[in-house]
Amino acid sequence: MGVRQTMVSDELLKEFSQEQIEQVDAIIERYQGKPGSLIPVLAEVQGVLGYLPHEIQHRIAEGLNLPQSQVFGVVTFYSFFTMVPRGRHLIKVCLGTACYVRGNKDLVESLSRNLSCEVGGTSEDRRFSLESVRCLGCCGIAPVITVDEQVYREVRLKAVPSILEQYE
Amino acid sequence: MAQLSIEDLDRIQNEVIGKQDLAGRGKKARITVHMGTCGIASGAKEVWDRLFELLKEKGAVGNGFEVGHTGCVGFCGQEPIITVELAGQQPVRYRQVNPERLGEIFEKHVLGGQIPEEFVLNEEEDPFFKKQEFVVLRNRGRINPESIDDYIRHDGYRALVKALFQMQPAEIVDEVAQSGIRGRGGAGFPTGMKWKFCMQAPGEIKYVLCNADEGDPGAYMDRSVLESDPHSVLEGIVIAARAIGASQGYIYCRAEYPVALDTLGKAIKQAREYGLLGDDILGSGFSFDLGIYQGAGAFVCGEETALMASVEGRRGTPRPRPPFPASQGLWKKPTILNNVETFSNVPNIIRNGADWYHAIGYENSRGTKVFALTGAVKNVGLVEVPMGTLLRDIVFEIGGGIPNKRKFKAIQLGGPSGGCLPEDRLETPTDYEALTQAGAIMGSGGMIVMDETTCMVDMARFFMDFCQDESCGKCIPCREGTKQLLRILTRITKGEGKPEDIDHLEELSAIIKDSALCGLGQTAPNPVLTTLRYFRHEYEVHIHNKECPAHACVALVKFEVDQQKCTMCGQCFRACPAEAVAWEKKKPAQINKTKCVQCMSCIQACRFDAIY
Repeated sequence: MGVRQTMVSDELLKEFSQEQIEQVDAIIERYQGKPGSLIPVLAEVQGVLGYLPHEIQHRIAEGLNLPQSQVFGVVTFYSFFTMVPRGRHLIKVCLGTACYVRGNKDLVESLSRNLSCEVGGTSEDRRFSLESVRCLGCCGIAPVITVDEQVYREVRLKAVPSILEQYE
Repeated sequence: MAQLSIEDLDRIQNEVIGKQDLAGRGKKARITVHMGTCGIASGAKEVWDRLFELLKEKGAVGNGFEVGHTGCVGFCGQEPIITVELAGQQPVRYRQVNPERLGEIFEKHVLGGQIPEEFVLNEEEDPFFKKQEFVVLRNRGRINPESIDDYIRHDGYRALVKALFQMQPAEIVDEVAQSGIRGRGGAGFPTGMKWKFCMQAPGEIKYVLCNADEGDPGAYMDRSVLESDPHSVLEGIVIAARAIGASQGYIYCRAEYPVALDTLGKAIKQAREYGLLGDDILGSGFSFDLGIYQGAGAFVCGEETALMASVEGRRGTPRPRPPFPASQGLWKKPTILNNVETFSNVPNIIRNGADWYHAIGYENSRGTKVFALTGAVKNVGLVEVPMGTLLRDIVFEIGGGIPNKRKFKAIQLGGPSGGCLPEDRLETPTDYEALTQAGAIMGSGGMIVMDETTCMVDMARFFMDFCQDESCGKCIPCREGTKQLLRILTRITKGEGKPEDIDHLEELSAIIKDSALCGLGQTAPNPVLTTLRYFRHEYEVHIHNKECPAHACVALVKFEVDQQKCTMCGQCFRACPAEAVAWEKKKPAQINKTKCVQCMSCIQACRFDAIY
């Protein structure tokens, strides 16, 4: 059973390529008919597109035969899902207890000021998105931040500019 | 690969033992790099790459030198760690290895046969290891987590053989019950009892769930087990499934653990290839398969009914109980949910027997517990000790005490559901009941040491902020109650505290504890209540004097240097990212308040409490 909604609107094509939309449809098709698959679908789709705007949520709701409100409810409940376009690089500042106590409380505020973007938002030039994360489980080397896949240990505010300048 | 038989397990075990005999195979040395997430973040990959370069440079490739990797050793503060074993000699472990130090070790030890003692991590002597007892962490540093054969070499899957062929399901449940093991996720419910309820529940379809969400900030014991010894968890899960009669299970692992997810995926694939998962396991007639479900960043999904809602594709909101998951759980079928550490203990209990496990421990807390010891302590890392070990011993012997010439102030256990205990409670043993009496909880294992630079009011606020953020919103006591508690605490840390605030905090906390729907809400007030119990004075100073004795609440910090206390060391000057500190050698520092961005770097850098 294919995805019912095969039309791709102009709106969608402004943000995403035809190929990306096809990837999304393939993900939906793979999970059709499997109970409890909404969260894995959202995670995979976000992996392809970077975020989950309304149009995409509608597409997923149609494809999985779920109410749009349920999809929206799940997207807005889990902090991993975002409806805001992400920057080229994702900075995550760990705010777990050990990292908080060792300085990340102040670091995340300073970073937010320096990048002129809110925690959970993206810088104007779309270079960085800044998020706080509750615990990466690296408490032994606190305070920790990650940029994309890379984990940085014992981060001091002064070291941050040299970390960030590696990223385009 | 075709399905394994029990004889195959023997064969594989002998093969791996054979491979590890360097002298017997004419090999010269094996160098192992230990690579968990923290090791990699500390530079273990660079060490690994450099190792290969060195082997090439010295013409040692294919010349009797072997290289391997394992998961982490547990001593995070000393990463990266490597082990060098020369043929016929005891292996030697080295700490804080970087590419340069690796070069020295390679020259002196690997090629020259001389051990450079100054880099050695002596696990016999080092106080970090002395009081530890490794059950869950028994395979640390000695198996490649991506090799099922390595796991089999160390008696892996032998417990499963026993459970499938020598025991009836009821006997498995009895053995676990008699061991005395209690859930390691934090609640401490007797595991055997939980399994018994589920085994007795009627129904053909049952589920086993493994809670690998590990949401407590400051806890990473499970992450280490999943990354370094995933098969110990898989084996425990299959044994549990056999006991209750389940044919399907899921591991719910948080998305913040990408390495663990990857390692688990590989382990499950290998277990399936060997026929240790899937149809007719080891020819026993018992079938069971396991899937991985990735979390999406919601702390509340560590709560059992919220976790099940999440697996069912819904918002992770808990539900009232009864009915309990043991009779109506995932998809309304009987389900057991246990923590990673609990499952990892199970193969040891089955292999060695309940009596062996029960002999370790204290009062009603049997076996060992893995703690993640972090914060203001010299030796940070994973610590596995027999239940009943005193907190004092963990902090001062294993942990090595407080660094930077600071003093112990408090130890936080149990994450956002737990409490902060002061110095005069350090004689408390790690026992479920003793910790609860002291006002904390055992929790999942996070243990954060705090020194005098931590503000206890700010810590209470931090945890409340966390609970508020993570509250699912379903019940009013949690949704609204934590919001009001957070408001009061925030005002206090900003110097806007009112005299009636402490009474309000206590009253509201009692109401929330009594009426919230799930464990998140019911325990959210705990940090507030314990800090009020043991550090009331600090609240009073914030409220009445508008001061923060720890100089941690930004709004109450004046950003001035105490000229008497300043030792003119210049650390604040070096730490400041805004060039707001004026300092010259042999002169006290001064802060330019117009340039100062209040980032607190100077206060964190100052070892003499001279900035206030």
